Amino acid sequence: MNSASSTFISRFLQSRIVWPLAGLALLLLFNLIFDRAFFEVTTRDGNFYGPMLTVMRLSVVVMLLAMGMTLVIATGGVDLSVGSVMAIVGTLVAFLAVKHHLGFPSLLGVAISVSLSIGAFNGVLISCVGIQPIVVTLIMMVLGRGVALNITGGSPLQVMDSGVLFLGKSFIMGVPVQIFLVLFVFAITVMLCRKTAIGLFVEAVGDNETASRLSGVNARGIKVLVYIFSAVCAALAALVSIGDAGSVDPDGLGQMLELDAITAVVVGGTVLTGGRFTLLGSLIGALLIQTLATTLIRQGMDSAYAPVPKALVILVVCLLQSQKFRAQIASLIGNFRKPTS
Amino acid sequence: MKQIFTRKNLPILATTFVLVLLFGTFSVLFDNFLSLRVVTDLFASNAHVGVVAIGMTFVILSGGIDLSVGSVVGFTTIFVATLVGKHEMHPALAILLALLVGSAFGAGMGIFIQVYQLPPFLVTLAGMFFARGMAFVVSKQSLEINHRFYSAVIDAGIPLTDKVILRAPACIFVAVFVVALVLAHFSRFGRNVYAVGGNAASSLLMGVPVGRTRIWIYTLSGFCAALGGVVFTFRTQAGNATNAFGLELDAIAAVVIGGTLLSGGVGYVAGTLMGVLIYGTILTGIRFYGNLDSSWQRMAIGALLLVFIVIQRLLTRAPAREHSH
Repeated sequence: MNSASSTFISRFLQSRIVWPLAGLALLLLFNLIFDRAFFEVTTRDGNFYGPMLTVMRLSVVVMLLAMGMTLVIATGGVDLSVGSVMAIVGTLVAFLAVKHHLGFPSLLGVAISVSLSIGAFNGVLISCVGIQPIVVTLIMMVLGRGVALNITGGSPLQVMDSGVLFLGKSFIMGVPVQIFLVLFVFAITVMLCRKTAIGLFVEAVGDNETASRLSGVNARGIKVLVYIFSAVCAALAALVSIGDAGSVDPDGLGQMLELDAITAVVVGGTVLTGGRFTLLGSLIGALLIQTLATTLIRQGMDSAYAPVPKALVILVVCLLQSQKFRAQIASLIGNFRKPTS
Repeated sequence: MKQIFTRKNLPILATTFVLVLLFGTFSVLFDNFLSLRVVTDLFASNAHVGVVAIGMTFVILSGGIDLSVGSVVGFTTIFVATLVGKHEMHPALAILLALLVGSAFGAGMGIFIQVYQLPPFLVTLAGMFFARGMAFVVSKQSLEINHRFYSAVIDAGIPLTDKVILRAPACIFVAVFVVALVLAHFSRFGRNVYAVGGNAASSLLMGVPVGRTRIWIYTLSGFCAALGGVVFTFRTQAGNATNAFGLELDAIAAVVIGGTLLSGGVGYVAGTLMGVLIYGTILTGIRFYGNLDSSWQRMAIGALLLVFIVIQRLLTRAPAREHSH
């Protein structure tokens, strides 16, 4: 009995997705006790409103970024350019809609093709020229922000296109559209990763690139592919973000979101050194961070201090992934069990 | 002479070449560019980046990374300004306190990284959020620093010629550079840093105190970040919690342009100095060109960095292949 339960505990401690889920549950429990209004859902014109839905809506952008980032991190890389890709795509889309009256299908086409080429550029520099991912995407981050500012000369733009606004502001069956979008992207990504060999290849490249190449995996191709995917996810995130806001600020759009996405991925249980990944974990990670932020602000914390709890979450999650820390905790639990012996 | 042109020295030679090329190009393009004043200005206006980047060099040499430095700079500026402005503390004492806080903060991150074997990227990312948040906790409003001590420091400097003075920030930058040079290449600590970055497991087997070295490295980086913050206040005479936003990326870029490999174990402190100067030269060149708006500035920096990194990569391709995975 005792040994059975202790193996259960150790398995529980080993699982990737359990910790972010437990964190989320803890936060919800806190709100259940101290802030019942958090769970209130009201309907207006048949659409659902309430803090919970707001949290979900607000986390969609980071969720989209985190999905692309998950695959990039799984290959052992990192993509710091996603915030700037968002800025380029968002500004360009708003600009083309206002100045050239492009319709939504062509705007979508522009968004996808621009992000695709940026992602491919990143991927080729990383895998073929052999520059470190953090350097390439860092440069793209600076360069891309400049390009975004240059489209409008830095001034903000109104979002006019009804399709983009639909993505950010409308409801389907009472639920915000972007939640469906993120579920759709998630479903497709999971299918591509788990029903085809792509996910396996990504993990192989992240685990040991040389070994994967020697066993016939097109490591370079896989790497280019994940950076393209990450950039396309950023483009979708941009559409949702500007649709929601109704305007574009080329300087602010996507600023620092690359770090939020990385945080979500790591909190979700994917390890930065590459290898195995969990897409669901990243979604939960994004949700956890947003729930924490919203909870603290509802508790009256100044939003300027928000980075502090975020820092603590990252640190706690890191500690939970550390072998040594787990061993310390496990021995602590062991001591609790048999205090006399 | 033969010793200088080894494969190990290729990255730093490439960097030197790029700096000379860049400075030469601008000197040909613009009148008055090739002058002592431009050079001293280059040191003075990039002093805070330089000091931070030198600390970062040790971290990257050891195979780590420190994302917290920009936030620590921001925190230090508002911390010093609040102590001086609101609590009427003497600036010298406030600066000393800030340096202690910065070092302790770095040491704390180093302990987490070492004891629990956590990825430096994440621990220092947490540190970045934490320090920025704490900066806002100290004060959300920007605060001016008005004190006789500050005016004295700002007026101080080493006169190089009748007209050109090496200002205090530049002096600090140069001093930090010299100390770092000695520390990296002529001390046991420096040898340990290279050993840890080259291969932590084998250096542990060879008796290198890996854990202690690592903690000291992050302490040093924290100290340099705090000192960078102090230098920042000398320039602006004010503290602001939003200061030095994204500075960690400038510092990393300077280190990497300087030829230090992010994988650790390979690089020079002198390379970082050149990286900072390349960065500064690009900015100065853009300023000489005329009033380019910030979008062109960023595009120019990004594009030039990209070109130089690719050149450096192509020049150093052969030796680096052994390290690539």
